[in-house]
Amino acid sequence: MIFTIAARELRSLFLSPLAWAILAVTQCILAFQFLSHIEYFLNIQPQLAALDGAPGIADLIIAPLFADAATVLLLITPLVTMRVLSEERRSRTLSLLFSSPVSMTEIVIGKYLGVVGFFVVLIAMLALMPLSLLAGSALDLGKLAACLFGLLLVMAAFSAMGVYLSSLTQQPTVAAVTTYGLLLMLLILHRGSGLSGHESGVLGYLSILEHYEPLLKGLVNSTDLAYYLLIVILCLVFTVRQLDRMRLQN
Amino acid sequence: MSNTPLVQVSSLYRYYSQACAVCDVSFELARGDVLGFLGPNGAGKSTTMQMITGNLAPSAGAIRILGIDLLDEPRRAKLEIGFLPEQPPVYRDLTVDEYLDYCARLHRIERRRRAAAIDTARERCGLTGVGRRLIGNLSKGFQQRVGIAQAIIHTPAVVILDEPTVGLDPLQIREIRGLIRELGRDHGIILSTHILPEVQATCNRVQIIHRGRLVFSDTTADLDRRAQGRSLLARFLTEPDAGALQQLPGVERVELLDGRRARLFFSGADPSEALIERSVSAGWRLVELGGERSTLEQIFIDLTTGDTTHHEADAAA
Repeated sequence: MIFTIAARELRSLFLSPLAWAILAVTQCILAFQFLSHIEYFLNIQPQLAALDGAPGIADLIIAPLFADAATVLLLITPLVTMRVLSEERRSRTLSLLFSSPVSMTEIVIGKYLGVVGFFVVLIAMLALMPLSLLAGSALDLGKLAACLFGLLLVMAAFSAMGVYLSSLTQQPTVAAVTTYGLLLMLLILHRGSGLSGHESGVLGYLSILEHYEPLLKGLVNSTDLAYYLLIVILCLVFTVRQLDRMRLQN
Repeated sequence: MSNTPLVQVSSLYRYYSQACAVCDVSFELARGDVLGFLGPNGAGKSTTMQMITGNLAPSAGAIRILGIDLLDEPRRAKLEIGFLPEQPPVYRDLTVDEYLDYCARLHRIERRRRAAAIDTARERCGLTGVGRRLIGNLSKGFQQRVGIAQAIIHTPAVVILDEPTVGLDPLQIREIRGLIRELGRDHGIILSTHILPEVQATCNRVQIIHRGRLVFSDTTADLDRRAQGRSLLARFLTEPDAGALQQLPGVERVELLDGRRARLFFSGADPSEALIERSVSAGWRLVELGGERSTLEQIFIDLTTGDTTHHEADAAA
């Protein structure tokens, strides 16, 4: 049942030009970034050759590429998640799901997986770029895997927040704006905590990127994992509760 | 199992903050019933229907579908309900076939039976030619039919239709009514409407809800009998004596409306002649006299306007 809802969500995303436009634009921007990272690497390659234990392709091309990708994700997630539930509320199609023999949890998880499915496609296309380097050079696949895993986690957290905020309103634009606000806030926390010199303060812990950077370096910490999973679970539980409240209060 | 009512609603309450939108509503729906739900706007029809279909949680009360408690076992109960809300819950960016396939999946119809179920629903709702068209490009009437197809695709025991003929042209209304009558043979149906003739044309039971309370419940067959005309309405210039009116031959009950007007319920022969004679001799100065037919429309208006509500409700019961 979850997959029926997820499949329908994914389909409806691809029925609108929005999904295709997002995929195309993202691919273009990231490809450009990818090329400029390669160029930079080629420029400093002679110096690197002289160094002992110099950073490799994974550190100089893949990690910066995935850092850029997280920023781009921040910009596109609200556009994709904004209509997930708000549009259904607005066009009164939610009652189809409510009168079907499915639970609120199934509805929410189904919707969420639909969105995640879209971003998996996007990330898979992104992953093709560093993989293409395999044709001409050796690649630290472990580090690439860690980067991919990190980006998937970031995406999962972003999407969960977007889905929750989409359940709070009937206006997709309001959902988008609040999602932007929340995501940017989590980004600013990182910058702010850096400036004041409290690298590991409470605010720093809340920052999304703080937990992303170790993954980019190839470090998979359980604390970082826990952070992303907590966000996902909390947001989805809140969404289920929000749908239940709609049934109670209308 | 065959004795279990399809729907059993007992003392249902629903509050919106302080206001009581549905108060103490209880009724049952038996197999083969087509129940018409009437009431002015905001009377609580839609709220009641949304509660029966699990779209809205009741503040108090119980709902049983085929004996299954909707609140305890929503999944099992919802398998037996088909619901068409006021606005058909269709996705405009899907084709009719895709949409019905999605609905069939949501209602757990097995893969091998799915195609047949979609075919049947499409056929019954007159959608055979438009399966591959986008729902968003269909006319309102067709979208409404897609909504109905969605409600019957899993052959539920109960079909609940909230104003199924709103916004349709007369021809489409006739088709939908025919469809409802046909569905009534093997499903129990609850439908709400503002159009009174529609109820008489399609339903075998009528309920009127007003300010959240059920104020009238009867079968359409009984209503027809009432409509035969078993009451008189008379207007006098001088106030008549109720006791004297009561004593006229054949009069069963007298209702003084505003002192000068009286309604006489009678059985057997028409007491008009006796009333006129009596009026002359007693000096009531009768100026208006007419046979009354208590049509559904009349009952509806009497029940939902003015303060005669409770009185009439008692009379109706």
